[in-house]
Amino acid sequence: MGKNGLSSITKKLIMAISGAGLVLFMLFHGAMNVVSIISQDGYRWICEFLGANWYALVGTMGLAALMALHFIYAFVLSYQNYKARGRQRYAVNERPEGVSWASKNMLAIGVVVLFGLVFHLYDFWAKMQLAEIRGNAPVDGIDQIKFIFSNNYFSIMYLLWLVAIWFHLSHGIASVMQSIGWNNLVWKRRIEILGSFFAAIIVMMFMSVVIYYWLIV
Amino acid sequence: MNITLKIWRQRNASSKGKFVEYQLNDVPAEASFLEMLDILNEQLVLKGDDPVTFDHDCREGICGACGLYINGHPHGRFKNTTTCQLHMRKFKDGDTITVEPWRSEAFPIIKDLMVDRSALDKLIQAGGYISVHTGGVPDANAIPINKHNADLAMDAASCIGCGACVAACKNGSAMLFVGAKVSQFALLPQGQVESADRVQKMVARMDELGFGSCSNTYACQAECPKNISVTNIARMNRQFLAAKISEPLK
Repeated sequence: MGKNGLSSITKKLIMAISGAGLVLFMLFHGAMNVVSIISQDGYRWICEFLGANWYALVGTMGLAALMALHFIYAFVLSYQNYKARGRQRYAVNERPEGVSWASKNMLAIGVVVLFGLVFHLYDFWAKMQLAEIRGNAPVDGIDQIKFIFSNNYFSIMYLLWLVAIWFHLSHGIASVMQSIGWNNLVWKRRIEILGSFFAAIIVMMFMSVVIYYWLIV
Repeated sequence: MNITLKIWRQRNASSKGKFVEYQLNDVPAEASFLEMLDILNEQLVLKGDDPVTFDHDCREGICGACGLYINGHPHGRFKNTTTCQLHMRKFKDGDTITVEPWRSEAFPIIKDLMVDRSALDKLIQAGGYISVHTGGVPDANAIPINKHNADLAMDAASCIGCGACVAACKNGSAMLFVGAKVSQFALLPQGQVESADRVQKMVARMDELGFGSCSNTYACQAECPKNISVTNIARMNRQFLAAKISEPLK
């Protein structure tokens, strides 16, 4: 058992399950965003459907809990791992072949994702669902997308943020499978490739909206 | 060949260590890395200096005693090679070679390049065995074992317990070592009887001893001189989780 009563494998499981929940959320979120390219009225209907209704609020709270769990355990585990490595570091340390850059920098990438998320929530969630919760009229979803992505600076920042998310997911998805024990010699490489591909699909759904409203509309 | 060595020198666990530079000339290319250190030590002793302390035993790549962090890699940068199997012909004339001890909170330095790896022994004591009376040697085919599992068990059992996985891991995690030990028994009928208890005891001990958690970078597998697969960690994870889930059903 660890010092807080949970074993190291259980903590990994918590990271894996919360991470998997967030990946599934991103898949749904990305799919809904793509609707804004296909049908603006369809997207407005989704925004209305997911306003401040009880099911949307329950979903939002669940999501916030998953997010908090994922971030808290990321920092707890990183601190414990830092202590386990010891104070004296190697003078010369090379990344071995087969070890991805993303896997060695998940916390740093995660912090970038977190900062981007704060801006994203301010840009959209605070002006839509939160506004509705506070009794104000939410902004029109399509108008807000057009407003944010008509700005070159915002669009570039969003694309860079999505690249960081891809790096995080490219390691994270395969890592979920390893942590829950669903991996073997035959499937290891397949899972890694599928994980990167799945991460690319999710990120491209988001990127397509940014590029469409920034450069095409 | 002439080389420059930057070697970590530390009197004991509590003293402060530092790198000391040595110039070594006319090193035979056929010499192993440890023989090169022997040559250095001979010269140091002749000068009346303290020789460099380092672990070694079989010098055949099977005992796991030798373990040095050479130019940024455990056992050097060549795959599937222990320090004792590394030869000076792999280096170039004029090279500077940095040699450090394993760095991990669970492996305190005893002196210079020698670290205390008894934490790995404590992990084995926690459950890395089969507690049955084996009796006489049974016929080879008395207990049917499928070839696939026998091969996987043998691959896991090839772990020599050198600690390179811990040294390579940015988290100081011993999960590849424990995963290999759990797997080598869990894959065979004789070891399956105690597999649920074994994995729980070994993981609990691993956490107590201060090893870090796995973050799936797989540096352990990349640097393992015996090429132990990280899929052994996956097997340990599912065995541990299955044992925990089935506990209330006992």
